[in-house]
Amino acid sequence: MAEDLKIRVNEQESTVAADRDTPLLYVLSNELGLQGPRFGCGLAQCGSCSVLLDGVEIRSCITPVATAEGRSVTTLEGLPALYARQRNLAKAPALHPLQRAMIDEQAPQCGYCYNGMIIKGSELLSQNPQPSEREIREAMNGHLCRCGSYPRIMKSIQLASRIMAEERR
Amino acid sequence: MMTSAQPALSRRDFLKGGALIVGFNIAGPLTSTMLGSLAAPAAAATPDPELLDSWIAVHADNTATVFMGKVELGQGTTTGMLQIAAEELDLAMSQVSAARVDTNVTPNQGPAVASLSIMDNGPQLRAAAAETRQALLRLAAVRLNAPADRLTVKDGVVTVEGDPGRAVLYGDLIGDRQFNVKMTGKAPQKPVSQYRLVTTRVPRVDIPDKVSGKYVYMQHLRVPGMLHGRVVRPRGQGAYGDGARVVSIDASSISDIAGARVMRRGDLVGVVADREWDAVRAAEKLKVTWDVPPRLPAGRLFEAMRASRTIDSVIVDAGDVPAALGTAAHIASATYYGPYQSHAPFAPSCALADVGAGSALVMCSTQFPHGVRNMLAQTLGLAADQVQVRYYEGAGVFGRACHDDCAIAAAVLSQAVGRPVRVQFMRWDELGWDNYGPAHLADVRGGVDAAGNIVAFEYEGWHHGWNTAETSQELALGGPVQPPVSGRARLVNKETLSAVYSMPNVRLINHHVPGLDGYLKGGNLRSPLDLSISFASEQTIDELAHAVQMDPVAFRRRNITDPRWLGVLDAVAQAAGWESRVAHASPSAARVVTGRGIALGTHIVSYGSAVADIEVDRESGEIRVKHLYGALDAGLAANPALVENQIEGMLIQATSRALIEEVQFTRTNVTSLDWKTYPVLRFADYPRVTPIVVQRLDERSTGAGEEVMGAAVGAIANAFFDATGARVREYPMTPDRVRRALKA
Repeated sequence: MAEDLKIRVNEQESTVAADRDTPLLYVLSNELGLQGPRFGCGLAQCGSCSVLLDGVEIRSCITPVATAEGRSVTTLEGLPALYARQRNLAKAPALHPLQRAMIDEQAPQCGYCYNGMIIKGSELLSQNPQPSEREIREAMNGHLCRCGSYPRIMKSIQLASRIMAEERR
Repeated sequence: MMTSAQPALSRRDFLKGGALIVGFNIAGPLTSTMLGSLAAPAAAATPDPELLDSWIAVHADNTATVFMGKVELGQGTTTGMLQIAAEELDLAMSQVSAARVDTNVTPNQGPAVASLSIMDNGPQLRAAAAETRQALLRLAAVRLNAPADRLTVKDGVVTVEGDPGRAVLYGDLIGDRQFNVKMTGKAPQKPVSQYRLVTTRVPRVDIPDKVSGKYVYMQHLRVPGMLHGRVVRPRGQGAYGDGARVVSIDASSISDIAGARVMRRGDLVGVVADREWDAVRAAEKLKVTWDVPPRLPAGRLFEAMRASRTIDSVIVDAGDVPAALGTAAHIASATYYGPYQSHAPFAPSCALADVGAGSALVMCSTQFPHGVRNMLAQTLGLAADQVQVRYYEGAGVFGRACHDDCAIAAAVLSQAVGRPVRVQFMRWDELGWDNYGPAHLADVRGGVDAAGNIVAFEYEGWHHGWNTAETSQELALGGPVQPPVSGRARLVNKETLSAVYSMPNVRLINHHVPGLDGYLKGGNLRSPLDLSISFASEQTIDELAHAVQMDPVAFRRRNITDPRWLGVLDAVAQAAGWESRVAHASPSAARVVTGRGIALGTHIVSYGSAVADIEVDRESGEIRVKHLYGALDAGLAANPALVENQIEGMLIQATSRALIEEVQFTRTNVTSLDWKTYPVLRFADYPRVTPIVVQRLDERSTGAGEEVMGAAVGAIANAFFDATGARVREYPMTPDRVRRALKA
C-alpha cells in the first residue's frame, strides 16, 4: 500500500507517495523527476542508478525507499552543492571538479553510465583525495562502461584530484 | 487520461519555433521533456531530400539548424556532421545546431550502421551546405549590389571584398524563411586546403550535458497520462522461429498488485500500470505457461553448423589454391571458432509510444527511424505516413540490439490500452532476447614459400544470417517468421580476407547456415564477422611467418603492396616501438609470461591495425591485456579526436569480446541474462590504449567505428602465441580454453 514518506533529496524535503519497498530509483525518477540516477540492470550489478546516501554510494535500484527515510540522498544533480558544503565554499560551483575533468578529457561516448561513474568517483575523491591508479581501479570496479571509456574515466579522476588539490590551496 | 490530442509536429512547426521539439542541446529539467499527448491524425510527410530547406534552416539570429537523418549513438556523429555543415556554410561551430532526428522533421539518410554516417552522409550534408551558401550569396549579391564572386563570408557575415563596410548577415538575408529551391548538386565546395573546421579537434557538442545530468536520454522521457509497461517473455529466447508461444496466462497471479493489467496481442504479452514499480513487479510475478521446444544445439553448436544444410557460395576463387598448397614450403591449417556475442547495451532499451486511431508517435532509440517506422506501421495496421518516429539517444548499442523490438512493444501496448505507454526492457529481456552477433566456424589453410611469400590462402566460413523482423512484431502478428538473410557484411568477405595481402591463389567460401534450423536470433553487432575472421586469418598469417622464421611485421610488409595497408602496419609498429624478431623465439619458464602480437583488419572499408602486449598466467590460464595500440586509416578524418575516442573504445570492447564475452544457452533457452551470466570487461582489467589516426587528406572519409576491432582480437591471439608458443583457436580466450591450449 502506498503511504506518504518523507525523504530528503539534494537538501530538499519531499513527501512522496509510494510503497515502502519501492526501490528508491523509481521514486527519484518518477516522483521527483531526477535524471541523474537511471535504470541499468535493477540488480545492483552495473552502477547506473548510484546515488549517495549520507555521502556513501548505494544502488538505488535495489534500495527500498523506506531506507532513505530520515537520511540524506544526493543525486548527480546535487553533487556540486554537496561538494561546496564539504569544502565550505560560499557558493556551489556549476559542476563538481570530476564533471569538469570529464569535459576536459572528452571522456564519455554514450555517457549513460556517467551518472554512476561521477557519483562513485566523487565518493572516492572525498575519501581519498589522491588515489593511486590501483585504488581507482578497485574503487570503480563495480561500475561498468560498455563504450570502453575506462581509460578516460581514469584520466578524469586523476585530473579532478589535481583540480581539487589546487582548489584546496 | 489525455484525450486532447495535439497536432503532430511538422517541420513547418519547427521552423516557426514549434514548442514541442526539444533541440539537440536544449535539455532542461524533466518538465521540458514532459511532452503533451502527441498522437494526431494527418502526420506530416518526411522532408524531401531534393529540397534545400529539408537540410538547413538559417535563422534571423544568424544561426543555422541542420537537419540530419543520422542519429547520435555516442560516437560523435552530430559533432562531425555539424563541423562539415559549418565548414561549407562559413559559420562558426557556435552558430550551428542539429535538429532532433524525427521522421517528420529530418530527411531519411538510412540507418546509422556500418560506420557509414560520415562516409555516406557527410558528402550529402556538405553538398546541401554548399548549396545553402550559394543561395545566400545570390541574395547577398542583390542586397549589396555586388557580383557574387566578390563576396566573402566569415561566421555568417557577408562582406564585399576590398570594401568591408558593405556587409550583411545571413540571418538578415533569409531569417527563418524558406529558400524554396531544389538541390542542384552543383554548388562549388571548398577544397580541403581551405578547411578551417573539418580535420580539427572540435570538442563534442553533447558532452557537457552528458556529464551535468541535463542530457535527455530516452529513458528519461515521460508524458502526461502515460502508463508504465513491461514485456513478459520466457527468460531467454529459444530457437529462432519458435517465438514465445503462450499456453496459458493466469491473470489472478497479479491480482494483488492493484492497477496492474495484463495486455496481450497474439503471443506478445505485457503488463501496464500507473506506477513503474507495479509494472516491474507484475511482469515478474505474472504466471505464464510457455511452449518452449528444446531445439537449441547446446554443447554441439559448431558440429550442428558444420552438419547443416548450408547454402554455399564461392566469394573469390583466384589462381589454383590446391596446386599452390601442394607445392608450398610450409602450410598452416586449422579450424577456428567464434561465439554468439551480445550487444549488451549498458542500459536496456526503452520506448514511449502514443498510438491513436489513425496515427502514432513513437519515441525510441532506433538506429534507423525510417526503417522502424515501416515495421511499426505494419504491426499497428497504419500507413507509414501515419507513424511518426522521434529519436532519443539511449545507452550505446553497437548494432541492432532490442531498441526497435522495444519500440514495437510500446506501440502495441499503447494501441491496446488507448493511452501512451512507456516500455523499458528489464536486463534479462535485453540480454535474453537480443539479436546476437552470430557464431562463426572457419577452416583456414595458408601456404608460404621458402622465401616468405604467401602462395595460397583458403578460407571456408560457416554462420547464419540476420533476422529481418523484430521479436515483438513476430509475436504480435503471428504467422511464419522469415528466414535470416545473408548479405555483404554477413559473408566471408573479400575485403577483410583477400584485400590485405598480395596473394596469387585465394579461395573464399561462404557456407550460409539456415537460421531457422535451431539457432539464436542474429543481428549486426559492431564489426560483424570481422572479429571471427581476423581471429582466424591473422593467426594463420602469423603461423606462416613463424614457419619461415620471420618477424611478423617484416613478413606482413613483404606480402603487402597496398600503400594504405602498409601505412597502418608501419604506423602501429612504430607507435608500439616494435622490435624485429621471430615470435616466441626465447621461451620463458616463468609462471607468468609476456607476449606481443600484431594483426590487421577492417570492416569492408578503412584500414585497421593493432599491436597487443599481454601477460599469460600459465597456471590459472588468465590472460591480462596490458597495452593495446590501434591505428586506423579512415581517409580524411573529419575530427581526429572523435576517431581517437572510437579507436580507444574499439580496443577496450575488443578486449572484452576476445577474452570474456560468450552467450550461453541450454537446449531450450539462453541463460546469459545479467552481468554475472554475461560478464564484460571491468574497470580493474582494462588495458592501456594508444590510438593512432592515420590522416589522409586526399582520400574520402570512410568508416571509423568498427575497423580496429578485428585487428585487436587478432593481435591478442598472436601475442598469446608469442608468450606461450601455443595457439588458442576458439574465443573468447577464457582461462579454461587457455589451460587446454597449453596442455595440448
